[in-house]
Amino acid sequence: MATFFGEVVVAPSRAGLDEEEEAREETPEDREIRREIEKKREVEVLWNWQSGGCAEEPLVCSRFIVAIGRNAAAFLSSFILDSVCWEVVGVVKLWNEWCRTSSTTNVLPTDSFCLFYRLISDPTVLLCQCSCYVAEDQQFQWLEKVFGSMQKKGLQVTILSTCPVADYKTQESTLTLVSPFLKALKTKEFQEQVCCPLLEQPNIVRDLPAA
Amino acid sequence: MFVPCDRGGSSAAPDFKGFTLLMPAVSVGNVGQLAIDLVISTLDMTKVGYFYTDCLVPMVGNNPYATAEENSTELSINAEVYSLPSRKLVVLQIRSPFIKNKYRPFCETLLSWVKSSKCARVVLLSSSHAYQRDDEQLLGTPLRYLLTPDLEKAVGGHMKELKWKEMEKVAAYPGISDTDKVLHIPGGGITKLLFTESCSEGIQMAVLLKFCSEGDNIPDAFILVNYLNEWLQLIKSEVNPSSQWKIPSSWRLLFGNGLPPALF
Repeated sequence: MATFFGEVVVAPSRAGLDEEEEAREETPEDREIRREIEKKREVEVLWNWQSGGCAEEPLVCSRFIVAIGRNAAAFLSSFILDSVCWEVVGVVKLWNEWCRTSSTTNVLPTDSFCLFYRLISDPTVLLCQCSCYVAEDQQFQWLEKVFGSMQKKGLQVTILSTCPVADYKTQESTLTLVSPFLKALKTKEFQEQVCCPLLEQPNIVRDLPAA
Repeated sequence: MFVPCDRGGSSAAPDFKGFTLLMPAVSVGNVGQLAIDLVISTLDMTKVGYFYTDCLVPMVGNNPYATAEENSTELSINAEVYSLPSRKLVVLQIRSPFIKNKYRPFCETLLSWVKSSKCARVVLLSSSHAYQRDDEQLLGTPLRYLLTPDLEKAVGGHMKELKWKEMEKVAAYPGISDTDKVLHIPGGGITKLLFTESCSEGIQMAVLLKFCSEGDNIPDAFILVNYLNEWLQLIKSEVNPSSQWKIPSSWRLLFGNGLPPALF
């Protein structure tokens, strides 16, 4: 780690946080602050059922396509979404240090947003464009709140995401790799043909796509 | 928290009554986790379930212990449970770091699972910053152990026979004499919390740790797993024990990709 001469820094450890911080007992004031921050960081999923369907009942969904990150969201905007076949049915409202999304559904491509669309001709097909960054402590909440609204029997989920080529671990150098390239991960319940090779060890996927 | 795998129609949760739970702390150099990888890989343990938890950063990949094309496509996530009933051994592997403020909830949920599944004892593999050692600790073995009072009664004598060294307590206020001595495990992640909670809950827990620094921690993992083996005798140790441990296929490329030929 490059630092100026004389600067004494604690070397970061792969172990993560120093346990002393966590082990300290919380004062009531600390607890109050923590609760306020948690409330501010809460993930809200707002469904907007225009054409039938009750907000309380679980949504019947046969296919759910989730595009995470700006590239994947742009892919859907360019090749799949249009205002004729798809209608907006939901939005995720959240805040973290990197971005804030609002409950508006009228967004620009450069905004941070997380929207849900439904195919008008087959309302069991749902699509999600999530170009905002969902922080570590919000990923599980996002997952539970979004999937909690859905009936999961017979549901097929496809997750689209991108990673930098520099993060790809391979025997050769990534300089000589032909990019971009596709890799996939699938559960054993997915029986259909996958359109590209599977992701080799020791590569992994993290954050919201992994969740 | 614990979700059993669906194995051939039998959806009943596996029985861990009387088993030893072996698990890592996410600690400096990830030594505990590397050691657990060696145990799972060498004993060819079967995955029996996973932890559904919001306390760890999510991650997923293909089977890190794959040995052939056929077994390389099973998904693997951040907290998984493996078992070897013939040795009454159940192993938890934790693969990603803890999310802020989630140490305590995880420890509480874990210990309540330990109690409800009636595990006989817990063995925690961990590590601590080598640079925090005092003058005495700089000499001799870098390995230490800790036992909760309940386990001390059962195996304390055996540790003495093995000539193991117990983790020293340090002064609560260094430099001031006559202060209380407390347990201090810098870089140990959840080790101290899990250990102190186990003491107060009457759980039989042993902590095995090594002093180390960040870097190539594979040798540290081998030393720690051989230390564990002195006690639990998981593999035969008459011949050179290090050669008996099987390195998992996912340990490839730990320090980056191949070099671009244009560099030369």
